[in-house]
Amino acid sequence: MPTVNVFKDVLFKALGREYSTEQFEELCFEYGIELEDETSEQEMVKKEQGEEKAKGKSNRGIYRIDVPANRYDLLCAEGLSRALKVYVGNAKPPVYKLVQPAGGKVQKVTVLPETAQIRPHLVCAVLRGITFDQDTYDSFIELQDKLHNNICRKRTLVAIGTHDLDTLKGPFTYEALAPTNIKFVPLNQTKEMNAEELMTFYESDRKLSKFLHIIRDSPVYPVIYDSNRTVLSLPPIINSNHSKIALETKNVFIECTATDITKARVVLNTIVAMFSQYCAEPFTVEPVEIATPNSTSTHRTPDISSRTVEATVGYINKSIGIHITADEVVRYLAKMSLSATLSSSRKSVSVSVPITRSDILHACDVMEDVAIAYGFNKIAKTVPRSITVGAPFPLNKLADFVRRELALSGYTEVLPLILCSHDENYEWLRRKDNGEAVKLANPQTIEFQVVRTSLIQGVLKTISSNKAVALPIKVFEVSDVVFKDESRERKSRNQRNMCVVFASKTSAFETVHGILDRIMAMLNVKLVSPDAAQDGYFIRESDNPTYFPGRCAEVVHKALSIGHLGIVHPEVLQKFEVPFPCTALEINIEPFL
Amino acid sequence: MSQESIQTDILTRLDTDGSIADTAVLPYASDLILGVLNSLLSKEILTYTAIKGEKWVLTIEGQEVASGGSPEVALFNLIPSDTGFAVADAQKQMGEKAKIAMSNAMSKKWLKKQGDQLVRAVDSVADQVQADLINIQETGAFEDARALQDYKRRKLVSAEKITSYSVQKGERFTTNVQKEATEITAEMLRTGEWKDQTFKKYNFNAEGIQIRGGHLHPLMKVREEFRQIFFELGFEEMPTNQFVESSFWNFDALFQPQQHPARDMHDTFFLKDPAVAGEMPKDYVERVKQVHSKGGYGSIGYGYDWKYTEAEKLILRTHTTAKEFRPVKYFSIDRVFRNETVDATHLAEFHQIEGVIADRGATLGDLIGILYNFFRKLGIEKLRFKPAYNPYTEPSLEIFSWHTGFKKWVEIGNSGMFRPEMLRPLGLPEDVSVIAWGLSLERPTMIKYSIDNIRELLGHKVDLEMVMTNPICRLDKKMGREI
Repeated sequence: MPTVNVFKDVLFKALGREYSTEQFEELCFEYGIELEDETSEQEMVKKEQGEEKAKGKSNRGIYRIDVPANRYDLLCAEGLSRALKVYVGNAKPPVYKLVQPAGGKVQKVTVLPETAQIRPHLVCAVLRGITFDQDTYDSFIELQDKLHNNICRKRTLVAIGTHDLDTLKGPFTYEALAPTNIKFVPLNQTKEMNAEELMTFYESDRKLSKFLHIIRDSPVYPVIYDSNRTVLSLPPIINSNHSKIALETKNVFIECTATDITKARVVLNTIVAMFSQYCAEPFTVEPVEIATPNSTSTHRTPDISSRTVEATVGYINKSIGIHITADEVVRYLAKMSLSATLSSSRKSVSVSVPITRSDILHACDVMEDVAIAYGFNKIAKTVPRSITVGAPFPLNKLADFVRRELALSGYTEVLPLILCSHDENYEWLRRKDNGEAVKLANPQTIEFQVVRTSLIQGVLKTISSNKAVALPIKVFEVSDVVFKDESRERKSRNQRNMCVVFASKTSAFETVHGILDRIMAMLNVKLVSPDAAQDGYFIRESDNPTYFPGRCAEVVHKALSIGHLGIVHPEVLQKFEVPFPCTALEINIEPFL
Repeated sequence: MSQESIQTDILTRLDTDGSIADTAVLPYASDLILGVLNSLLSKEILTYTAIKGEKWVLTIEGQEVASGGSPEVALFNLIPSDTGFAVADAQKQMGEKAKIAMSNAMSKKWLKKQGDQLVRAVDSVADQVQADLINIQETGAFEDARALQDYKRRKLVSAEKITSYSVQKGERFTTNVQKEATEITAEMLRTGEWKDQTFKKYNFNAEGIQIRGGHLHPLMKVREEFRQIFFELGFEEMPTNQFVESSFWNFDALFQPQQHPARDMHDTFFLKDPAVAGEMPKDYVERVKQVHSKGGYGSIGYGYDWKYTEAEKLILRTHTTAKEFRPVKYFSIDRVFRNETVDATHLAEFHQIEGVIADRGATLGDLIGILYNFFRKLGIEKLRFKPAYNPYTEPSLEIFSWHTGFKKWVEIGNSGMFRPEMLRPLGLPEDVSVIAWGLSLERPTMIKYSIDNIRELLGHKVDLEMVMTNPICRLDKKMGREI
């Protein structure tokens, strides 16, 4: 969840009253945001850089507020206070308007076909006659950062550039050129460099280095020029120093380049909706004409027309489980900054979705807003009508029987992890990698390289970290192992195994054999002789590299091997750093379902 | 020395002298004496009081000096009587002891320095230190307090606490101690001997003998309690024995867009082998693709280029959310995987508890109602719901409960109604809604059993003693962190 810092005084002014921390916390909770912390610049600097650096910093109160990840309109103080102001009934939501420039000629950008190779989409807008002060200017920069980190997915999907329009001369072109052919002075630098040099230059930059990979290996880099061939920006890396905006900037040119056009529109709409508030005529936006390569006609951005979503009053009431009238629905939606009109039959509402609410995809989103405005905690508690019968998953029930019998037999349950290293699953158990294990592509450590194909390694690891416990150590695990299985859609299957290990001063084959017999007896599986054609189980001598030669048997059930028991090979014990003899049993319990 | 002979000695001394002022005079180890005294005390043959004392003993270094002499004397003996001896050579010969030897010999004015040479200042010296230490070794004490402090500072001696006892006759004093029996034996029953036998007094304050039986893991004990609650509420357990899942079923089918951060390499374990899923149900995949990229069922969708190559990637499931519904109540408690950095509260694996209800006309009020029922069985009465965001539920509600100990609302789980964009492509009728909630199994377990580090609960670093000694789990009773 993104966190937004808002000055308390700004917020309280918007809300028309002061709030105590508890009151504000309550308001946030009901609306679906969370008051994370109450602080000030001084306190934040103190926490991060120490008392000395904090001296002289402002102690103006700041609320740190967590907002939902899909509400981009709440990512800045402007949007957050606007939404809460409407929610508490202190204002009506603004109506955004497109306006033509004074001369009547809108700015124009031509998108050249080469951009399709690297970053095909562009949307732009102009904010005229803007008045920033330090707070609003900071907020403007901060919002771009927040958008870059969230919806823009660290600039991969969308990158924003904002420019002082008065330093530029349209029309503009959006091009894709070889890096060495792009030359400009990057933002806050003094030296001109080409794009290739620029990449090297920013390699060590803490903030920008993480974006370089987005275009670095491409033969062409995206770039925006004005009619004098002045570079505006090299998206998604950096703007040029020439057109940089400042506190005094009056006219702002906004460009968003993207690989995802839907998100580019949302980002541009969010910026203009938030900051058109400071335009000479508030909430007005000047469009920009975009000429795209594949179309003979041009189109204008931003598109600030509102969408309409229909929802019946019956659907809303039935989904939430309340009984409110159509008028109440309209009133609740107004609290959530959504203007709705009733149909003539008064059975449904038509909601006009403003550009700030890209999160509304379906009538269910409208229903949720009604529920929030109504108050989740005021909804009457009911229970579902259908009668149902409880039942366990049969395999879990079987596993629980086996677990209980093992515990009743004096063994202690352990619960190691399911992921392990490749060595633990193979080499340390003296097994060859036969390709049956599922392997991970992106583990952060070698502890998590494969999904285990047996339980014994985890049990041995547990014994190894419990060497101080009095001998004998008698432990078990009943859980899943995973094998690759080409015949299935997920190319793999789980198998429920049972593993018992007895660790003591001497090996104890008969003891563990006794556990096998006990579990089989409890599962009502008969011991049969190897040559008899009866259903049942028996054990026979077997070779298994994990176990000591001549001290290993396989467990056979209905003519199929279901696992092994034996004295663990000393080389295995050495790898797992277990200093005393271990006798183990591991079988698949699924045949007993 | 047998316990019996010590007992005889003590009783004889008491009989002749009436009391023993200090058992320190007896030639037995203090713990042996205490054993005998306690045994006789329980029979009221004697009483005793402890005398706390101190005894000086030699350190390892002190023992060396006592047997081989002090370093300053060793140094003095190195220096020839008629000529000097280079400081460097003294250091070479005596090693690290040279420094202390030199400083002591100088301060005692045995030696003096001439340039880099050491020469004798007296003709001969006596090793008083060695003599003193031998004395201390034998008596455990030393008269000269200043010298003792000096030896302590030089780490040659240290004080050791000792306990001895002053012993008096008890009410039932006798030198003829009858052998008392501890337990009734089969033999006594057969012979009737139990009638005349005197029995040893029990110490009812002692602990019982520790049981070494079998034990279930605490996390599984808590799991069992949750399972019972679900059964009591009429829930059926879902099959969840499939850790490997396709991105399609784990994310796309839940209407989670392909660029969602949860689908990052940083959050999800992708597979190298096998890497992609086999054939998935074609029609359904097409419906999911449509609803993501273009919308449908009344939704505008996410408006992005949905890729099959992203959907077919195999992963380790990040949740256990069900994807098939008939009017039913389902639950599951099973392992899920997240590619997270491991710390005290995060593991790459944990258990997710999930409840799902699919029913015609199920409402948000039903969800809230069932959550009250569910959490009441956990002993939690006070709940509150906060609007939240989750890509596959709308509305989404975070569940908070009032923590009486912390005196504040704490988040205990997540819940919501599944979005139509998820349900309708599955072919569910429009009037069926699905409500669900989830929480982790580890968190309530850590609270119940006061465990701070998740790695001490799940995984091979678990302490077996912890598994063996933790009580059974009763979710409706307060224990551990809740108190």
